[in-house]
Amino acid sequence: MMVRIGVFICHCGHNIASAVDVEEVVEYAKTLPWVAHAGHNLYSCSEEGLGSIKRSITENKLDRVVVAACTPRTHEPLFRRACEQAGINKYLFEFVNIREHCSWIHAKEPKEATEKAKKLVAMGVAKAALLKPQTESEAGVIPTAVVIGGGISGLVAAASLVEQGIETHLVEQTDRLGGLLCDITTIGPEGRHARTLVKDVVQKLEASPKTHIHRKARVSDVKGFIGSFEVTIEGCDGPTKVPAGAIIVATGTREFAPTGEYGFGEHPQVITQLELERKLAMGEKPKRVVFITCVGSRQPGREYCSRVCCNVTLKNALALSKASPDSRIRVIHRDIMSSGSAAEKLYKETSDSGVRFLRYGLERPPEVVSDGDRVNVIVYDETLDEVVSLDADLVVLAVPMLPPDDSEVTGKLLKVPRDKFGFFLEAHVKLRPVEFATDGVFICGSARWPVNARECIWQGMAAAAKASIPIKEGKVVIQAITAEVDPEKCAACGNCVLACPYEAIEIVDQDGNRAAKVNEAQCKGCGTCVAACHNDAVSQKGFTSGQLGAMIDALVKASLEGSR
Amino acid sequence: MRRVVVIGGGIAGIQASLDLADRGFEVHLVEKSPSIGGHMAQLDKTFPTNDCSMCILSPKMIMCADHANIKLHAYSEIEEVSGNFPEFKVTIKEKARYVDVKKCTGCGDCIAKCPVKVPWEFEEGLVKRKAVYLPFPQAVPRKVTIDGDHCRTIQGKKCGVCKKICQAGAIDYEQEDSIVELDAACIIVAIGFELMDASVMSQYGLGVCKDVVTSLQLERILSASGPTGGHLTRHSDNMEPKKLAFIQCVGSRDAHMHGYCSSVCCMYATKESILAREHAPGLEATIFYMDMRATGKGFQEFVSRAKQNYGVRYIRSRPANVQLPAGGNGVLVNYETSGLSGESVTEEFDMLVLCPALIPSKDAGKLAEILGIDLDEDGFIDMPDMARPVDTSRKGVLACGFVSGPIDIPDSVSQASAAAARAAELVDGGDR
Repeated sequence: MMVRIGVFICHCGHNIASAVDVEEVVEYAKTLPWVAHAGHNLYSCSEEGLGSIKRSITENKLDRVVVAACTPRTHEPLFRRACEQAGINKYLFEFVNIREHCSWIHAKEPKEATEKAKKLVAMGVAKAALLKPQTESEAGVIPTAVVIGGGISGLVAAASLVEQGIETHLVEQTDRLGGLLCDITTIGPEGRHARTLVKDVVQKLEASPKTHIHRKARVSDVKGFIGSFEVTIEGCDGPTKVPAGAIIVATGTREFAPTGEYGFGEHPQVITQLELERKLAMGEKPKRVVFITCVGSRQPGREYCSRVCCNVTLKNALALSKASPDSRIRVIHRDIMSSGSAAEKLYKETSDSGVRFLRYGLERPPEVVSDGDRVNVIVYDETLDEVVSLDADLVVLAVPMLPPDDSEVTGKLLKVPRDKFGFFLEAHVKLRPVEFATDGVFICGSARWPVNARECIWQGMAAAAKASIPIKEGKVVIQAITAEVDPEKCAACGNCVLACPYEAIEIVDQDGNRAAKVNEAQCKGCGTCVAACHNDAVSQKGFTSGQLGAMIDALVKASLEGSR
Repeated sequence: MRRVVVIGGGIAGIQASLDLADRGFEVHLVEKSPSIGGHMAQLDKTFPTNDCSMCILSPKMIMCADHANIKLHAYSEIEEVSGNFPEFKVTIKEKARYVDVKKCTGCGDCIAKCPVKVPWEFEEGLVKRKAVYLPFPQAVPRKVTIDGDHCRTIQGKKCGVCKKICQAGAIDYEQEDSIVELDAACIIVAIGFELMDASVMSQYGLGVCKDVVTSLQLERILSASGPTGGHLTRHSDNMEPKKLAFIQCVGSRDAHMHGYCSSVCCMYATKESILAREHAPGLEATIFYMDMRATGKGFQEFVSRAKQNYGVRYIRSRPANVQLPAGGNGVLVNYETSGLSGESVTEEFDMLVLCPALIPSKDAGKLAEILGIDLDEDGFIDMPDMARPVDTSRKGVLACGFVSGPIDIPDSVSQASAAAARAAELVDGGDR
């Protein structure tokens, strides 16, 4: 076997080169077995860097490539594709991370960082020599989507999918569609009538023969993987199994019940924003109202800002202020979070309308005292530097949004993670806001993070865009990093079946022999089964015991040489 | 017809293009500057995770250039649009680079020899580039451009150095703008923002005090690939500052300038404070703010971390003005502490960072006219119906990202995907 490995060390501008002596690592790489070429690039991922790797593959007749640069999480696909474009199987590529593992973590120890980079490169080269070409397989995609949650995000996601010609099942726990928007009058800051907005989307959805709405229903089981999920929907008529190519989670949010705070639950005059919305919907126009924001949020225990409460407060304060000329509306707040253009305008208009704003600090929160019909809010005003007493017919508490009660169950069903507050955790907070790390499952609306109606709508559309891609493509590619079983060695003990977190392995009869079998489309290449097998019958493509052993040998050898 | 024109190659335009291309549409991505990437390419890190900005952006840029369904028109502008949805006729002007992009290898020999120096846009004018230049090392496409306004040969003077040095024979001083005409079903506008010129607010000393910089300039100074190699230094004497101040809302939330809130400054000032402290141990950062708007996922915790772990001081105050200290280095900030008992304070800082209003890209007006769409009173693209958050006032013309109103990167990204969904709905689903 001819093995000609090319090694490319990346400067990453100063990111790597500021701590790692890149040229020293290049010279070292040249001394390693099988290395036919070693070079370096200022930015390997730039068009120039990728081009130079491709040119070198041709010029030096390379058949394996090792890139020592940043993280495979973001950059591996780029380099694999460059290999493919230059005519090498993309699985004959090995990535070594000398940025996170060397230059960043050892920024102040350049000598040690360089030595460590050399060892990691030696390990990468040893593994690369044993890599084998792999073929990726493809799986079909069921052209149907399931949307969980019938609030505004879910409705819009479903409507967008249906509009794009995709058969869609919408699953809603209750018997009404529209979620929290059903409970409010108008949507701030634009002032749009909430129920009309919901009605428009529902009508559009119901008009399409591609829509299947499941009311009073919940998802009780999810099997499968991107392209071929099987979703069990438990409805009034019992369970239905729906095959689907993609799933969108839009399970929304609920209001925090501030029991015990500011007399909530004790004085009937102390209510939450949603309760105020119901009063407004009934035509009530209370005149003396005190709003208190950040009740139960932005404080130890529940540190986050719930994003929407300030704007809801402003919208309702303005509405009440306009409703009667002799109203006295006060807003007690910590910061007014009216980010952007429309919200800031609403803030200005509210404050121009005569609504009074008082700022409080966490160290001196307001107090609510009752004398029967009336309540008084005692607050230290930071601006006036004195304690003031505000009498009120109604005290409205702006409380944070919480993840729904069943988000833990939903998370487990779909095998998707949640953050410490229970909101769903997207694949990447910056650049993959509506995707989960799990392929084929998407997220939108306040189940991910509290957002306003406008944001819910565009996130619903965004999730629909992502879900439509595999469905319209009609196929998904399965990375060749899956596990495989040698039936000769397999004792069919079932350890791997139990160990697999993805339910990707089963024991089957093959020509009279019972042995484990891996469902490639479901396997994520985690390697758990390999470790669980007593008989060395399971191996993982691209991570074989032989390859890992060679890496360890290379590390030992490099360390011994280094200590001499 | 399944063709969409995306105008603007920042993160929003890139994401909309990638989603549509993956969805089987033919995308023409039009970017006015020589490379795609937009402002995100200039950032050092991104809040609240401090992810390296270029590291997460550059794979997407390369994917745009590599995608079989995306045709990139860099250094190009929209000249004319006629027709209506779903049959727009779009005229694109590909500006002369004076370089044959098929021949240019991006080797940079011409850049090394060019004798003309001009302020470098990508480095926010902190250092100079040549008249023939690559906007930044990871530029896509990686082709040099001759800046015709400054090139001596183009301006009729004697030079021709780059042509002599170029071994690929790629320099072409005679090159002219070329016109591309194409039909498109939908158009997506994602031309982003720019910084308000903060020197207009002369009370804050930008352009007068050497140690006053803009937040985007600081971003470049903090960047390992920036002009100082990531060493935090001030301009007047190249010393590492020990006391750094930020003034928020410079020209935003201001009835005399821009009334709106720019949405991202509270968080990037917090991020830059943390990074500055990491670059210069012991540094004390102070942020003068109006309201601390930390409303996104993980933002409030980011602010708490800045206070607790990095000693960042948050002062609720809008400074009145700044003065140059007698020595000529650093800056004196005059501000008042809050409350009735508030007092006037003059405090000296080694360096001051202004966070100017982020305003719609200056091409927004002209482009809106060409496209026949409305702008709102702040100059952002008007998005009249909240139920259709990426629709402009004209059917088939969509918008996403900062040019439709102040938003951060994740919101730009999800809005861009929404614009892709909307284009797919309009084309695949017919009328709504």
